[in-house]
Amino acid sequence: MIKLFSVKEKQEKAAMEREANGGHASRQSSGEVRVAKDISELALPRSMSIAFPNGRDDLLNFIITVKPDEGYYRGGMFEFSFAVPTMYPHEPPKVRCERKVYHPNIDLEGNVCLNILREDWKPVLSISSVVFGLSLLFSEPNPDDPLNKDAAEDLARTPKNFELNVRRAMQGGYVGQHRFSQCLR
Amino acid sequence: MSRLDVDARPPGAVDVMLKRAGRFTGPDFDPSEDISSVLRAVRVLVVGAGGLGCELLKGLAMSGFGNVDVIDMDTIDVSNLNRQFLFRSEDVGKSKAETAARRTRERVPTCEVTAHHGRIEDKEDGWYRQFDIIALGLDSLEARAYINSVCCGFLEYDEDGNVDPTTIKPLVDGGTEGFKGHARVIVPGMTPCFHCTMWLFPPQTTFPLCTLAETPRSAAHCIEYAKLIQWPAERHGETFDPDVVEHMTWVYKKALKRAETFGIEGVTYSHTQGVTKNIIPAIPSTNAIIAAACVIETLKIATMCAKGMNNYIMYVGTDGVYSHTVEYERDPMCVMCSPGIAHSVSAYATLRDFMSSIVAAHPDSLSEPSVSYRGKNLYLRGVLEDQFVDNLTARMVDLMGGRTEGLVVVNDKKMKKTSMRVRVSLSG
Repeated sequence: MIKLFSVKEKQEKAAMEREANGGHASRQSSGEVRVAKDISELALPRSMSIAFPNGRDDLLNFIITVKPDEGYYRGGMFEFSFAVPTMYPHEPPKVRCERKVYHPNIDLEGNVCLNILREDWKPVLSISSVVFGLSLLFSEPNPDDPLNKDAAEDLARTPKNFELNVRRAMQGGYVGQHRFSQCLR
Repeated sequence: MSRLDVDARPPGAVDVMLKRAGRFTGPDFDPSEDISSVLRAVRVLVVGAGGLGCELLKGLAMSGFGNVDVIDMDTIDVSNLNRQFLFRSEDVGKSKAETAARRTRERVPTCEVTAHHGRIEDKEDGWYRQFDIIALGLDSLEARAYINSVCCGFLEYDEDGNVDPTTIKPLVDGGTEGFKGHARVIVPGMTPCFHCTMWLFPPQTTFPLCTLAETPRSAAHCIEYAKLIQWPAERHGETFDPDVVEHMTWVYKKALKRAETFGIEGVTYSHTQGVTKNIIPAIPSTNAIIAAACVIETLKIATMCAKGMNNYIMYVGTDGVYSHTVEYERDPMCVMCSPGIAHSVSAYATLRDFMSSIVAAHPDSLSEPSVSYRGKNLYLRGVLEDQFVDNLTARMVDLMGGRTEGLVVVNDKKMKKTSMRVRVSLSG
């Protein structure tokens, strides 16, 4: 324990000196420390890239682009925005698909149904785990956990038709009543 | 309402405690008549003027503290009045901090209370330095983590890794949730900081998105869906504000409609509030018990009249009363409060020199380090590496803004879970 008043005077003097030579310290939140670690250790497969729209000093906001080279979505290009909260990794990053995509696990607003982004998030997971999850989403879309019900039924019942619809959507065409974003490379 | 004149009242328990030594007094306790004047000079900041904040202000003022500040960004809502007893119905809509300060001053004229209506993040770090003790009456992890990081940022360590006592800002933290609560004392640099024990907090319960979208089974599922999916889809660009009645009504109506479609019962307006704001009904007596523990600890820190709590007490009032004190331990690698490892390099060292010398000193934990200083990344490996190459030949003293001592954070793949804090000194 400290004895408050024996140190108080010294404290004020020291604080004044400190303020005089440099003002208030800029701090890194624990979330920023951890995301810096995640980013420096992130190994992206060739089919993915990362961009930091606010420059190298803001690691809390970035865009991951997925460019699948196989499966239903080959030849496409899908951007996901990441917003890392200050309570990261206690809380998961917020991820949103920036393109309107015809996908069983992504809705028309860009919400992504990936378990580790919500109910199964653990602080030991990292940006790498989420990135891996996103690539899995395109290699193995899962019709059993639908966020876009029409796309999920399409994939489960008539995979051939689903494939055609994915192509049409990626070209910027209509599937049903919805027009999708052009995402072909 | 009668006024309470603290000076005129007969000597109470507080005076007895402060004016004589005893078997439970702290090691440096110096009982004297002067202590009450000391108590009036100590500056205490109360963060939050809600359920706990009102109790804290009352307790501090009536224990003889005479120089208290209170900060809160909120205004008074009618639903606060049952437990936030410094507020009256005519205060609804007014600033919590200002009203609480005024009411406390009125009731206990010996206590000067200064109000700050605003966000804790809007105050500069230096502003928090002026207080001797900070008492927290908060309801969120974020706000606690913020104050904790401000106070840990003040810490300075000597060459041997001992904390400089003049840089310590003690925190007393209270928290309640229904019939449960905790109080803890954080002496940053000496006892575990908030971040050391982050693992104590369970993650929020969330529902799978696809369950919300396709197979809702409960009222909560419908409410979450309305807030999470329908709101952004139909109210483009607007941020959902749980304190705006129209927003809450909108979500309630959407949820109700959805519940009817799926044949689910139980969506009510108050349940909607509960789910969207994560509200657990506040119990006034829990607040009183927890705040009392916090006030006592604040008094002990200020006067040393008894040994401080070591360092965390939990209180459970669901079935009878259960309470338990535990001593949590510091995380020796804590990214917020640990002293870090001392390392000295030449005054002319470049970032590259520093990195090879720190790797040579700790070959077991480092091979390809990334380095940051005061919230700024100096070098990051991996996907952003090319943007930092310029820094490699820059001198450490320049990267550290002309300072010759400082704390840098080093990351490396070799260290699986943690970062290494390094107290760099540039010498010779």
